[in-house]
Amino acid sequence: MSTLNAPLALRSLEYWIFQYKRTWRGSVVSTVLFPVLFLASMGIGLGTLVDSSASGGIGGLPYLVFLAPGLLAATAMQTGVGESTYPVMGAIKWFKTYHAMLATPLGVPEVLAGHLLYIAARVLAGSAVFLAVMVLFGAVRSPLALLALPAAVLTGMAFSAPVVAFAATTENDAGFATLFRFVVTPLFLFGGVFFPVQQLPPVLEQLAYVTPLWHGVALSRGLALGTSTAGGVLLHVAYLSAWIAAGVWVAARAYRRRLAV
Amino acid sequence: MTETPTEPLVCARGLTKRFGDFTAVDGIDVDVRRGEAFGFLGPNGAGKSSTMRMIGCVSPVTSGTLRVLGMDPAADGPRIRARLGVVPQEDSLDLELSVRENLLVYGRYFGLSRRVVRERADRLLEFVQLADRADSKVEPLSGGMKRRLTIARSLVNEPELMLLDEPTTGLDPQARHALWDRLFRLKQQGVTLILTTHYMDEAEQLCDRLVVMDKARIVAEGSPRQLIERYSTREVVEVRFEPDEHDAMAGKLADLADRVEVLPDRLLLYTDSGDAAATAVHERGLHPIGVLVRRSTLEDVFLRLTGRTLVD
Repeated sequence: MSTLNAPLALRSLEYWIFQYKRTWRGSVVSTVLFPVLFLASMGIGLGTLVDSSASGGIGGLPYLVFLAPGLLAATAMQTGVGESTYPVMGAIKWFKTYHAMLATPLGVPEVLAGHLLYIAARVLAGSAVFLAVMVLFGAVRSPLALLALPAAVLTGMAFSAPVVAFAATTENDAGFATLFRFVVTPLFLFGGVFFPVQQLPPVLEQLAYVTPLWHGVALSRGLALGTSTAGGVLLHVAYLSAWIAAGVWVAARAYRRRLAV
Repeated sequence: MTETPTEPLVCARGLTKRFGDFTAVDGIDVDVRRGEAFGFLGPNGAGKSSTMRMIGCVSPVTSGTLRVLGMDPAADGPRIRARLGVVPQEDSLDLELSVRENLLVYGRYFGLSRRVVRERADRLLEFVQLADRADSKVEPLSGGMKRRLTIARSLVNEPELMLLDEPTTGLDPQARHALWDRLFRLKQQGVTLILTTHYMDEAEQLCDRLVVMDKARIVAEGSPRQLIERYSTREVVEVRFEPDEHDAMAGKLADLADRVEVLPDRLLLYTDSGDAAATAVHERGLHPIGVLVRRSTLEDVFLRLTGRTLVD
């Protein structure tokens, strides 16, 4: 009953892609604009100051080059969380998208898997755009940067899966604002994107190492700069994968309780 | 695996659904035969929708046995659902997509090729009289149009069995009749229909056989005619006096009918001969404000079986 039928999950994915094709215009502007604006203002604007200061960049790197891969990971996080909040609640409560699917051969596991695959595809597409902008800004130093794409998907999904589980258990959308305010925004600001977490007070620094975003940022940065070590990559990938696995497990449970009653 | 010709399309024995301490469906037995239109009647909260969701293989059975199309929902849910057409109580259409696109995405859930779905979509939109709205968004459609679209959508896999949960609730009379007309045609084409309703006229129009559910149990079963014969009289005389006289008058008229019911605005005399009873009322020198003789309806049966107390 609860085993996943992969071809059926693809039918659910197909719905979300079809739906996106009808509504993509709104999101495409922000997908392109966000990296351009951030890399221009922070990377170049602020970066010029950082680079001309006594420190001469960050760890010998121009600020733009330091910032861009971290921002790539953070954007993946934001897409992962954003796509897992209102759309999931809407599919359950407001538009009954899942209920329509469940009246067909699709079951709860396929409904969940299809939606997660779609979110992963959105993260991947957004990250690809971001990476292209990074190349245009000259912020990429290694062909390994291409591997930052799967890394971004891992980062996005490490947030998506638990948030999907949360969205499937919560009764109203008030929790989403809290999630953004107290989880996503602090991580974005202090998770190693804009400055190394070593700058943080020791307690917060230790806390940062536990967050999936820091691992995503470190993984992405190492690949974009070509400084990754196999051990480091393995550690980050394993840690992010663990978050995904736990998130999917909890989400599967939450979906079953919510939809198969 | 699949059913033999004589086996019912839906067979439930002791079918039970519990949510925690609450028993929504309490050990019901139901058989639905191929080609018939079968109704679940009952007030809100009687357990109709829970039963439908179990038959639709989306809600696990708590206890008892259920076979749908000869298969077990717990083991063969996807295979059963592939052959069902479901019209849920609340529309689950995609409001951002067009009328036709709603059929296209739904057909794909059944693994139909795009070509097949497109062909069927055009045909089904003709059938539910929405062909001229094929490219408009769903959001601005009227309630009746959305219902018809939901029916078209439920037919995209050419189901053998349709489950309709309160198909006409909230629709205006024209929209309801248009919908009944489509459902009747489907029945003529051999599609088995199972519907829930709390509209008695709907049940009388559409159902060959029905069960009345109340408080999670089945309290009566039969064709509309059988139920009227069994639980009501052939005719009903509605007699109106001044409202404060009704209790007193009920006593004076008790012997004229099998049963007398006192309502705030009228008395109901249940009798097989309405005209005779009406005449007798006048012969006794009573002067009612109004007398109406009518045939007994399922509504009389329904109210007798499930009571007049408001259920919410």
